[in-house]
Amino acid sequence: MSNPKVINTPLSKETIADLKAGEEVLLSGVIYTARDQAHLRLCRMIEDGEDLPLEMEGQVIYYCGPTPAPEGKPIGSCGPTTSSRMDKFTPEILKKGLKGMIGKGKRSGSVVEAIKNNAAVYFLAPAGAGAYLAGRVLKCEPVAFEDLGPEAIYRLEVSDFPLVVGVDAAGNDIYDKLPS
Amino acid sequence: MNTRLIKALDIQKLVEYLCVRANTVLRRDVLEGIQKAYDGEADGSVSKKMLKVLLENTETAEKEKLPLCQDTGMAAVFIELGSEVQVSDGDIIDAVNAGIEKGYAEANLRKSIVADPVKRDNTGTNTPGVVHVDIVKGDKISITVMPKGFGSENKSRMVMLNPTSTDEDIIEFCVDTVRKAGPDACPPYILGVGIGGTMEQCTLMAKKALLRTIDSSNPKSHMADIEAKIKKRSNELKIGVMGLGGSDTVIGVNIMETATHIAGMPVAVNVACHALRSASGTL
Repeated sequence: MSNPKVINTPLSKETIADLKAGEEVLLSGVIYTARDQAHLRLCRMIEDGEDLPLEMEGQVIYYCGPTPAPEGKPIGSCGPTTSSRMDKFTPEILKKGLKGMIGKGKRSGSVVEAIKNNAAVYFLAPAGAGAYLAGRVLKCEPVAFEDLGPEAIYRLEVSDFPLVVGVDAAGNDIYDKLPS
Repeated sequence: MNTRLIKALDIQKLVEYLCVRANTVLRRDVLEGIQKAYDGEADGSVSKKMLKVLLENTETAEKEKLPLCQDTGMAAVFIELGSEVQVSDGDIIDAVNAGIEKGYAEANLRKSIVADPVKRDNTGTNTPGVVHVDIVKGDKISITVMPKGFGSENKSRMVMLNPTSTDEDIIEFCVDTVRKAGPDACPPYILGVGIGGTMEQCTLMAKKALLRTIDSSNPKSHMADIEAKIKKRSNELKIGVMGLGGSDTVIGVNIMETATHIAGMPVAVNVACHALRSASGTL
């Protein structure tokens, strides 16, 4: 087994092009949480021609709704939620320059196609290991939609966040071989 | 008949404790199931590495009193209420919800409940819980809290099969549920299966079946046989942890069955993720 590839955000073209489906990765830098309701709001804002609360170019979105931080810690448990629920919103957000997504589970055919067309990448985080992943987060602060509580957009600074490449920029999908 | 008084506040305190316990300390039978999957996985595989992460996650959660998973669930609360018990100084359902609210607030568990399924405003308290009360003989109250995440709840299914359906039809429905869940709902899974009853009773049995330890079998041999076949066939799908492949896609199948109507055979599958959580206590 080879060592995980070490990468940083924002993701450069070269970094993305070098990632292959199935590879292990340790990611460091800033990522943004967003799940169902945040995606709905972002897409409505895009539809209405409004400015988004964060610049998407080169960024990574993490499908995650963390638990509240215990005293003295930056965050509580923070594992991934099911990515497929975001599938209907993803192509629009990729058009805005989003380059990476972190979640769990399969993506739809149209999302895989959009990942390929936008030279982006989809990562899998260890699912159901929220307490473990909390130890890889250095900082967490809300940046938008705070009224949504756990579904707000949080800016996370992560260090060596352990991931597996699920769909690479060439459109290779790690789940292609699974029975459906 | 004697009556035993149990204070609503004591029920509240027990529920509060059980919410925190279930969310931070993994059931020993489930932990053993993950350990066995880890032991059986090929050395050097990414799957083995990820199963190790799950084992480390349970240690971190227990040690740091962190939730095992950020989805701390909708609290399903099963109560066995002794017929000789009278709840004093309050209402039993209010006490349960007050216990959920307190437990989720104090242990920093996530508040994931919206008041109206269409308008979707978060109640901010993780209440209401889903409370099921069975009246039983005796003078005690037994309470089980099962915080159920929706990653796996979303993949659960039920079907009204024909009364002439075969074991194979039941098995195939269950295996197909696993196939459809694929890598999405945090495998390796545990399946709670309800067979028989009416539609709503069948789905409730599927959930209750998850309370039985996952290394046990249904006491009826023909049901135990169906459990074993569902497990074997599900594992042939080779979905594995995170969908990365491997020999363990399902680490437990528990069937609960009951009488049903001559015209039907309801079957329900409640899919549970590898962090199947519950905790019980008695007053």
